[in-house]
Amino acid sequence: MSTAQPQAASTSAYRRMEESITLSEEKVVEGSRELLTLNIGPHHPATHGVLRLLVTLDGEVVRDVKPIIGYVHTGIEKTAEQKSYWKVIPVVERMDYLSYFFNAMAYCGAVETLLEVEVPRRAQYLRVIHLELNRIMSHLVWLGTSALDLGAISVWWYCFREREMLLDLFEMSTGQRMHTRYIQVGGVAEDVPSGWIERVRAFTKVMPERAEVYGDLLNKNEILLQRLRGVCAVSQEELLALGVTGPLLRATGNPWDLRKAMPYSSYDDFDFKIPVGTQGDNYDRYAVRLAEIHESCKIIDQALDGLPEGPWITEDRKVALPPRHELATSMEALIHHFKLVTEGFRVPPGEVYYPIESPRGELACFVRSDGSSKPARVHMRDPSFVNLQATMPMVEGSLLADMVAALAMLDPVLGGVDR
Amino acid sequence: MTHLVEVLATPLAVVGYAEPWWMAIAKSLVIFAVGLQLVPLVLLMERKLLGRFQNRFGPNRVGPFGLLTPIADIVKLLTKEGFRPRTSIGWLFALAPVLSIMSAVAVLAILPFGNVQDIFGTPTGLYGIDVSIGPLFVFAFGAIAFYGIMLGGWSSGSKYSFLGSMRAAAQLISYEAAQGMALIGVIITAQSMSLTEIVEAQAGMWYVVPQIFAFLIFMVASFAETNRPPFDLVEADAELVGGYMTEYGGGRFATYFFAEYLNIIVISGLTVTFFLGGWMLPFGIDAPGWVDPLVVIGKLMVFVFFFIWIRATLPRLRYDQLMSFGWKVLLPLATLNTLVTAIVVTV
Amino acid sequence: MPDATGMELLARELGERVEGCVLATRHFRGKGAIDVRPSSVVEVLRALRERGFDFLTSVHGLDYFPEEPRLGVQYELLDMSALDRLTVALRVPLEDPRVPSVTPDWPTANHQEREVFDMFGVIFDGHPDLRRILMPEDYEGHPQRRDFPVGGEPILFTHNETSSPRWFA
Repeated sequence: MSTAQPQAASTSAYRRMEESITLSEEKVVEGSRELLTLNIGPHHPATHGVLRLLVTLDGEVVRDVKPIIGYVHTGIEKTAEQKSYWKVIPVVERMDYLSYFFNAMAYCGAVETLLEVEVPRRAQYLRVIHLELNRIMSHLVWLGTSALDLGAISVWWYCFREREMLLDLFEMSTGQRMHTRYIQVGGVAEDVPSGWIERVRAFTKVMPERAEVYGDLLNKNEILLQRLRGVCAVSQEELLALGVTGPLLRATGNPWDLRKAMPYSSYDDFDFKIPVGTQGDNYDRYAVRLAEIHESCKIIDQALDGLPEGPWITEDRKVALPPRHELATSMEALIHHFKLVTEGFRVPPGEVYYPIESPRGELACFVRSDGSSKPARVHMRDPSFVNLQATMPMVEGSLLADMVAALAMLDPVLGGVDR
Repeated sequence: MTHLVEVLATPLAVVGYAEPWWMAIAKSLVIFAVGLQLVPLVLLMERKLLGRFQNRFGPNRVGPFGLLTPIADIVKLLTKEGFRPRTSIGWLFALAPVLSIMSAVAVLAILPFGNVQDIFGTPTGLYGIDVSIGPLFVFAFGAIAFYGIMLGGWSSGSKYSFLGSMRAAAQLISYEAAQGMALIGVIITAQSMSLTEIVEAQAGMWYVVPQIFAFLIFMVASFAETNRPPFDLVEADAELVGGYMTEYGGGRFATYFFAEYLNIIVISGLTVTFFLGGWMLPFGIDAPGWVDPLVVIGKLMVFVFFFIWIRATLPRLRYDQLMSFGWKVLLPLATLNTLVTAIVVTV
Repeated sequence: MPDATGMELLARELGERVEGCVLATRHFRGKGAIDVRPSSVVEVLRALRERGFDFLTSVHGLDYFPEEPRLGVQYELLDMSALDRLTVALRVPLEDPRVPSVTPDWPTANHQEREVFDMFGVIFDGHPDLRRILMPEDYEGHPQRRDFPVGGEPILFTHNETSSPRWFA
């Protein structure tokens, strides 16, 4: 008796505040029976993070979905404004936690454009290798979690077996498994260690076979095909209007891929195909991503074959740290080192929008510089955030189970959505 | 006392011999104990096998080879605080898991583990009771088990549980129809509803051969009846986070969990009885009587393995696909099978 | 990318369509930007859509503190067939941060305009559902403004402290 009292009093303050919040108005559907409002998330196994979906159900049919986000908003864009340029990299990497190389690449690309720094060819190739490895890693996590959402529990473990190989590769080349801070302004942090290239080759040899196995395990399963084929299709026009990019757009047959359309970091050196779908349904979304794993392996192989010799970071001492051995001999190197570490480099004023193709679509970094050594504004145009708006057109009128599948095929990463 | 037991047993059982009352009690105790000991075994088997299917080891920390893991699980679950949501209906919430496990154990009672044997000079059937309406008994308790699931989900007062119990209501009823229809073929062939007589009727040939369609339909429907993947829509952890048992924890959850695995054992046992010749060995090998229970348990474990294998491989169906499969494919097929069997047997 | 001359031509064309909409053109690091009057942004984007810029990739806000007018909104346009990008930029003062919403024309702007509103306090007139999106609904202030302090935040969930004060001591 007595214990219930203070609890009620204390929660009510918060509950009152919570109830005072107005959510957007209820959608009225003509001719529907009694509706059930179901709150899915923020803690729910199928939302791939702390996404909250306010679902209006008519029986099991989804009539309305309202995504509510912001549960992992950490103010990274604000934090970035307080740090000197090169200290921003580890912060932005933590946005989309499955594609950290891409975040760093977008940010560094924007700063390099502002600085007009030339990135050495070797660094560009090393970036491409790591980006594509990261793309495979991200797709593997997507495949595992999506299969789990569809009820195929074993695929998750197989995918994570390969992901483990990738993380080991990252650890070997960068020292970290995740959030590697490998891509630097002006190049990459360090050359790859000896033996790494052979291990990457071993991986690109194994990975297509494994992807083939996953394809067999899933594509040849009638239940899975029935769950995916013709489900939650959205037309290309609607997706374009909603600003959706990446595999979702390519599943409708639009071969828009920034790696081909507007090549960056010497992507034009490589020969690869862009997988596209035809229907834009869940099956195409799945097939496109699975095919991208194969294409990424091809890119990695070509980049390893053509990996040029030379420096892996720009020679510009105003931007990049001098090599360790120079510190002992050169006064100038010591001064540069001291300036870079204490203050960082200054960037000419201007605004730059630098887009790249992340595993989820167009990931762009907008950087505004006011001439100081700290960015005046860093904004990430994260594909998950924009693509999430496609939830409603995708799932309207479908069943609850299909909504979970569609959300899995949408592949939002909530760290990127909320930033 | 002897008289009372006889009176109670007579209307139901096919009594071809006299069984003293103390033997009935001893039998029930043994069956209960053995049956319930099988559950942790199956639990561990599932986790170990899933581990192997999924390229990992499975539990290996508690005891040698992780053998004590189920014990640790049960101790953990039973020592947890019993709680219930404020919106739940208390007595139904408590009753539902009991209904579930009760019905599962009840079916275990009629599962024949062997023929009549001579124990301490008393002829004893290696089964709890040989009812003359075996399949009907099974379905009667299956229907009660369905109440266990539906009441549990409904009385939780949670929307997820509610959706789960709605699914359970539709799924269990539709698949029970197909399951029952599939068994009619077996009953017609055996010309009996007593499980022991059905087994003995298979002396020449196991029913899995002449009744192959019934066998397949029965297997598929059994997956749906036990809420196992790919028909685990009632739990559907991706959508409904556990369905009818979302709000259950501690001992009550353990009860549900126990009932689920006991159901798998029971349904495997029934498959063995109806289609795989129960305690009989293939090729007319005549084994001593004490081997019979081992044969049944061995065959049963093959099906349990099959259940686990399917779980590791197949994704989940969607609700409407499940319903249309049950009504449009399984039920017509089962009916057709019954018709054909009936015609063949009469002609 | 339209070069500097191309930008001028584009600006003139836009100026003819919508009277006095273009304030300036910029060309920086191989990319063009057009500064427009805030009130004319809907028409400008419509005109650019007819010119082929039919994909709105990003809408983001800026704070030009201490310059005036302080708040900025930028629209990144993409022409998928000509492989061209263009920035449309506008600036509004802090006292009257009103911009017409482009969400009715470009559904993708929905969440992004909400984010700009959330972070900078720019009010988009005509937006169907202008609420906070990333910050809590009852949050006060617009944290991405340059004069918004970085520092401690009050704890939101104080249940344990209020129900049993000093439970940790």
